Amino acid sequence: MNLLELRGVSVSFDGFLALNDLNLQLAPGELRAVIGPNGAGKTTFLDVITGKLKPTNGDVLFRGKSLVGQSEHHISRLGIGRKFQTPRVYENLTPRRNLELAVRGPHGPFDLLFGRLSSEQRDRVQHLLGVVGLESHAAQQSGGLSHGQKQWLEIAMLVAQDPELLLVDEPVAGLTDGETERTGELLRQLAGDHTVLVIEHDMDFIRDLQAPVTVLHEGHVLCEGSMDQVQNDPRVIEVYLGSETQEAP
Amino acid sequence: MADFASSLFSSRNLRRSLPWLVIVVAALVLPAVLPPFRLNLLGRFLSLGIVALGVDLIWGYTGMLSLGQGIFFALGGYALGMYLQLDSLEPGQLPEFFGLYGVKGLPAFWQPFSSPVFTLFAVWVIPALVAGLLGYLVFRNRIKGVYFSILTQAALLVFFNFFNGQQKLINGTNGLKTDTAHIFGILVGSDGMQRNLFWVTVVLVIGAWFLCRWLTTGRFGDALVAIRDDEPRLRFTGYNPTAYKTLVFAVAGALAGVSGALYTVQSGIVSPQFMAVPFSIEMVIWVAVGGRGTLIGAILGAVLINYAKSLISEQLPETWLFIQGGLFLLVVTALPDGLVGWWRQGGPGRLIAMVGLPQRSLTYPALDLDPEVQAEHSQFDTQGSESQGSKGGPR
Repeated sequence: MNLLELRGVSVSFDGFLALNDLNLQLAPGELRAVIGPNGAGKTTFLDVITGKLKPTNGDVLFRGKSLVGQSEHHISRLGIGRKFQTPRVYENLTPRRNLELAVRGPHGPFDLLFGRLSSEQRDRVQHLLGVVGLESHAAQQSGGLSHGQKQWLEIAMLVAQDPELLLVDEPVAGLTDGETERTGELLRQLAGDHTVLVIEHDMDFIRDLQAPVTVLHEGHVLCEGSMDQVQNDPRVIEVYLGSETQEAP
Repeated sequence: MADFASSLFSSRNLRRSLPWLVIVVAALVLPAVLPPFRLNLLGRFLSLGIVALGVDLIWGYTGMLSLGQGIFFALGGYALGMYLQLDSLEPGQLPEFFGLYGVKGLPAFWQPFSSPVFTLFAVWVIPALVAGLLGYLVFRNRIKGVYFSILTQAALLVFFNFFNGQQKLINGTNGLKTDTAHIFGILVGSDGMQRNLFWVTVVLVIGAWFLCRWLTTGRFGDALVAIRDDEPRLRFTGYNPTAYKTLVFAVAGALAGVSGALYTVQSGIVSPQFMAVPFSIEMVIWVAVGGRGTLIGAILGAVLINYAKSLISEQLPETWLFIQGGLFLLVVTALPDGLVGWWRQGGPGRLIAMVGLPQRSLTYPALDLDPEVQAEHSQFDTQGSESQGSKGGPR
């Protein structure tokens, strides 16, 4: 059974179709890249899955159950985590406290007031601080971190939630080459145990992921396949890669 | 001399503890030296510190600017006021004002207030329930920011007009007098009773501070700050902000109720004026001036501004509103973290430097007094304790 399935999803903003009859399936453990020119509906597509937007038509199924109409926190608790396009960490809290908020466990107000973090959760936070190299910054406010560190902290927060499905929106925007490489490594490691969907503009990064690629255009799936197949598809060249080469000279 | 002064100001420990020293000394020394009238004023203003703590909790930490805390403040005051009205009666008597409006029997909702135990709970449970219900309806519909502020002010006006119009139920505009009533056979307005009430207030202010401290320091407090800084983000992490906001708004309501009750017995009357629009806005100003996101700042702000108000109003009655407005402008433009935030970030030292006196430095002055290095310092200073909730952060 597919872990995630979008069936004929459309989203209309006053008549403008941000998503238009979108169909997509994700198998458990899969790593999938989604690309598409600006305005192709990539972020809207994540908004629909995570409950921020309600589709005008169609259905979103997670493990066979519909997500439509559920609130964001319910969907998150079902096991869908999201990393945002621009890093969104809590700047007035330290990286450690950011992770402690995100770490998997009960999230009600009384759980946080009266419950303590289990040693397992604390170990997990400590481990993740090490993975993203923020141990030495763990007690400093996150607002003072560099852009790359914030990106990594947010990825660590996503991993701390331990979701089944990770939706990762532009994880390497603004990162150095070295950081980009390490991010790709991390995402490949996560796939298998988790299902990972990456939205990215960086073609080299996607190629290095060696993942199947889905191309979105004007709100629906244009084609799917490996990076090489996709790059040689004339429709893709026309709407995406082609338009870039036209702009170049 | 200048050296001594600046070393005093640059000591980090002192910077943290001085606001506390001021309060402890004030609480121990002032009752001995102040005449009863002044002590009573101090008690009143300290009780306002409790409502300010609630405002700080919902605004400073959680980012919800309520302009309607007067509702809960007045509800607490009325709960205690009703008990005091009934407690001083002979059996079969009715509170005097009912006679004026031809009311023959005690309205049903007054009945439970003849019980001291019920009243002890009603003072904070009723405001908490009203706040919780109002908050739940507002937060569930994701009403935030300025719309939340407008809504709370509208609710305040509804309550204000309702209480003003209900002569037959709660004596309308005139309110309920408490200083001629008795507790345990002692006149509430007497000096001895007022001194006792002062001590009760001190104990409850400290209790309220510990409650807020507990709420704001752990992971719960982190969640509040997260709601303030990026609520949608927190939803995607599996949190339901409505539950948090409702709970914290109810707690602020309960604090307002306790504050209103203490204020009522120390000022001798509870009336719909407690729900006047300017009064609820003043509560916000106390917190802004004292330092939002710092608990001690809320208490200090409430006490200092109200004391200044009473002293200045005695001398130059017509100038106070201008001074209050000016203070608010000063805080908004120059001291965004209020007096306590300014103090903790080494403001006094900078002030000394501004008038040309050298600042004492522990290490290399050229390095230590570099503004950029100081900015880093303050970033590290503000970690760990309650000030992590402050808007300070790196700039």
